[in-house]
Amino acid sequence: MYETNFHKAATAQEAAALLNRSEDGKILAGGQTLIPTMKQRLADPTDVIDVSAAADLRGITIAGDQVTIGAMTTHAEVAGHAALAALCPSICKLAANIGDPAVRHRGTIGGSLANNDPAADYPAAALALNARIHTTSREIAADDFFEGMFTTALEDDEIITAVSFTAPAKGGYGKFPNPASRYAMAGVFVAKLADGSARVAVTGAGEDGVHRHDGLEAALSADWAASAVDGVEISLDGLLSDLHGNAAYRANLVKVMAKRALG
Amino acid sequence: MSEGIGARVLRKEDKRFITGKGRYTDDIIESNQAYAAFVRSPHAHARIVSLDASAALAMEGVETVLTGPELVADGIGNIICGWGITSKDGTPMNMGAWSALATEKARYVGDAVAIVVADTKSQAKLAAEAVVVNYEELPVVVGAVEALAPGAPQIHDNAPGNLIFDWEIGDLAPTDAALASAAHVTEMAITNNRLAPNPMEPRSAIATFNEAEDHYTLYTTSQNPHVARLVLSAFYNVAPEHKLRVIAPDVGGGFGSKIYIYPEEIVCLWASMKSGRSVKWTSDRTEAFLTDAHGRDHVSTAKIGFDNDGKIVGLKVNTKANFGAYMSLFSSAVPTYLYATLLSGQYDIANIYCDVQAVYTNTVPVDAYRGAGRPEACYVVERLMETAAREMGMDPAELRAKNFVRSFPHQTPVIMAYDSGDFDANLKQAQAAADVAGFAGRKAEAASRGKLRGMGYSNYIEACGIAPSAAVGSLGAGVGLWESAEVRVNPVGTIEILTGSHSHGQGHETTFAQIVAERFDLPTENIQIVHGDTDKVQFGMGTYGSRSGAVGMSAIVKAMDKVEAKVKKIAAHVLEAGEDDIVIEGGAVKVAGTDKQMLWHEVGLAAYTAHNIPEGMEPGLKESAFYDPTNFTFPAGCYICEVEVDPETGVTEVVQFVASDDFGTIINPMIVEGQVHGGIAQGIGQAMLENVVYDAAGQQLSASYMDYAMPRADDLPNYSVHHASTTCPGNPLGMKGCGEAGAIGSPPAVINAITDAIGNNNLSMPATPAAVWAALQDVSQKLAAE
Repeated sequence: MYETNFHKAATAQEAAALLNRSEDGKILAGGQTLIPTMKQRLADPTDVIDVSAAADLRGITIAGDQVTIGAMTTHAEVAGHAALAALCPSICKLAANIGDPAVRHRGTIGGSLANNDPAADYPAAALALNARIHTTSREIAADDFFEGMFTTALEDDEIITAVSFTAPAKGGYGKFPNPASRYAMAGVFVAKLADGSARVAVTGAGEDGVHRHDGLEAALSADWAASAVDGVEISLDGLLSDLHGNAAYRANLVKVMAKRALG
Repeated sequence: MSEGIGARVLRKEDKRFITGKGRYTDDIIESNQAYAAFVRSPHAHARIVSLDASAALAMEGVETVLTGPELVADGIGNIICGWGITSKDGTPMNMGAWSALATEKARYVGDAVAIVVADTKSQAKLAAEAVVVNYEELPVVVGAVEALAPGAPQIHDNAPGNLIFDWEIGDLAPTDAALASAAHVTEMAITNNRLAPNPMEPRSAIATFNEAEDHYTLYTTSQNPHVARLVLSAFYNVAPEHKLRVIAPDVGGGFGSKIYIYPEEIVCLWASMKSGRSVKWTSDRTEAFLTDAHGRDHVSTAKIGFDNDGKIVGLKVNTKANFGAYMSLFSSAVPTYLYATLLSGQYDIANIYCDVQAVYTNTVPVDAYRGAGRPEACYVVERLMETAAREMGMDPAELRAKNFVRSFPHQTPVIMAYDSGDFDANLKQAQAAADVAGFAGRKAEAASRGKLRGMGYSNYIEACGIAPSAAVGSLGAGVGLWESAEVRVNPVGTIEILTGSHSHGQGHETTFAQIVAERFDLPTENIQIVHGDTDKVQFGMGTYGSRSGAVGMSAIVKAMDKVEAKVKKIAAHVLEAGEDDIVIEGGAVKVAGTDKQMLWHEVGLAAYTAHNIPEGMEPGLKESAFYDPTNFTFPAGCYICEVEVDPETGVTEVVQFVASDDFGTIINPMIVEGQVHGGIAQGIGQAMLENVVYDAAGQQLSASYMDYAMPRADDLPNYSVHHASTTCPGNPLGMKGCGEAGAIGSPPAVINAITDAIGNNNLSMPATPAAVWAALQDVSQKLAAE
């Protein structure tokens, strides 16, 4: 690890101010990507700003069908939240299958969304649930937030504070874990919104990270059933080929995971 | 005695291991310690045009930066391969020079070019990044087949066409004739995937040169510290043996990868002399992927012929073995005498021919890895047998049984003389445990859940207990493969066993104590095993090839024979009885049939006080022995794997794994079962998960756990482990060895099961979900075409 300046912020705004003042600062949320990357000397931030003490970034609030999850809420907290599970079980199940117990007790939803790893799980949920990403300076729709792998609409000194969404009528997540990393080789989040329309987001399979799938959305909007998925052609264009599987295999996984997401 | 042979004694060493009190090389701290970082080539093949260390030398805390030309100028010798192989045409192997720090060319990504020594690890790493090396990139080749092709990049000048040797065993003409006359021939292209060893503890070394005494001390992660000292002294000219102490303290796994003497250890010793500091280096996980010797990497074509009755008439194999960029210490023995000599499997085969081309590539050196050649042989033979049975419409177990060797000793056409075994017993025991009769019902039930269920056999045999020194010497080995032991009975009766074997996970501190407890009827807590230090143990050949039981314990038995004889002489003298009437039991040395006795510790005291011992007897009670085996040992067994495949995703679950092994005498069944479990886990890892992948530029795409899939608990089944043993006639305890069997026998069982499930024999390791799914698509395309 290269030398860096370590800061601990008490609030989101203090963290944003520290970030603004640093030359090449990084927010330390759960640290499940940042710390290993720094240890491998692949990241060399001038400043690391720890937001674990920022109480305003924590917690899950539910008001009717409106869900707000603080950015520093861990995967384990989401996975184990009874009221959230009653309203939107799919996101709890998703969180329960991220990484391993150590990762789930450190890793956070805000960290995951800000990092936008092309094989991470939460981006698929945020996109399919039509979530709103709240930051220290504004609110961004998920459709506008994810801009390609490891790239988001966040400005240099902007920090995610929370994620909010309207609980869907139905939802589910099908994940095919990479045998080595256990990240998604293909993860498909399906959501049936209150108006009956379907949103489908795919992670892990695309060359440029999380994306919505028009064909699956159209099919599931018309008929929320596995049989509807059968007829959808999954184009190989833009799908990833790597040592773990080629585009054809990933296209197959997208279809199978979409069906399994329907439960 | 409850702690003797056959007892499930809990491991004495586990208290320190599981409480974090082990003492590993990286835990050793010397008072004048500095840290090393290596400058490594980022290119797989490149000429070193220039190297500028001036910026690094000016950085805070930097002691020195040393390079290859300086190493050569100081007379540090090239790294050797310890086993000479002669090609078909009678010429010796073409070994290219391997300098511990590259001088003119780097030949794989990670090849060490310079060492930086600094006060802290962080300073050393920063300075290593500041060493400016100008490289002229050269064309790269990573595959053995491609490296042999005309026009391939030339890696070492003295190995034209990258061919190290072209070796053969067996008789070509009779084998060709037998195959030509065969009623059925099965032919397969078989790849054995490249594996990274991944011991839990990465490699580490701390070297100290004491100028006042002109003496070196090296703590290192070694499976064989005496061999390390011998090679460092005789070939690398670091220091003469009496001026070099090598200590391998607690070592966290090796699987073969810690047999070899690597560049880093040599360079740390030399750098300690140059800098006047103790120099410590500990590999990080990325460096481990980039520099620990890999395993396997064979590309073979194989043909097996049968007569009308299903009897094997001939077997012919060609193998291209990828050696990587340099010849590692045992590399040449692995795809030759540890591989092709096992191609007869458990079968009576009159005609076998195999030739092997050993090839340089721009990859990490390849050497022995758990099983070392025998897994590759077993995989060829057992995939052929299962596939042949399917092609001939025969039951795969029946085909095997029809060809079993049943009379011993059995001389194969490929050197090995099997000494014992009962292959029918292992097959029947495994079949019963696997409920083979119920398989059809289980397959139908799985089908009702949409799953494809398959079953596969593997009837392995391997050769352990390496090895008779004269025999391996005649085959090219540079050393003898005996073992030594010393038994010290202290004046208070406690016993220290000094052994040349080394324990790095095998539990020697427990099992070795058990054979002493058995012999002298003492509790194991009174027995201490000492190993891993060239200043304490006179000599040893180390631990690999499942040799510590059959060879290392045999040496202890020989030394105990001498101790027992002396104990009896002393007791007979003191008790005024005949030596033949003396028995050792219950912590005492007794005159049989009387109440006359000495307590065990009283004999020890008598030997050391020497007040009353037989006239002419030397005082003390300490004996040593060297044991040189008379033959290899031949562990064998039958593994039956059952899998379920999800046809939608290709995900394969191992739902049952049965092992029936013949290890000869078993000292501690609990430890043996652990060895089988671990071996099968590695075998399933190879069969379904693990794979080192290079891109065309020679970069490892799988150099972290993000991409290299290690087997985890949820990838593995509960094993059903059984024993049907025959006694090995070749050593005093009747032991055969158990450390590698699981890794040798299991891969073909897994692949045979998966190919059975999916109805496609064309499947390579690792059978990842993507690979299995692709093989299933081939099947459905074929069906559609029909």
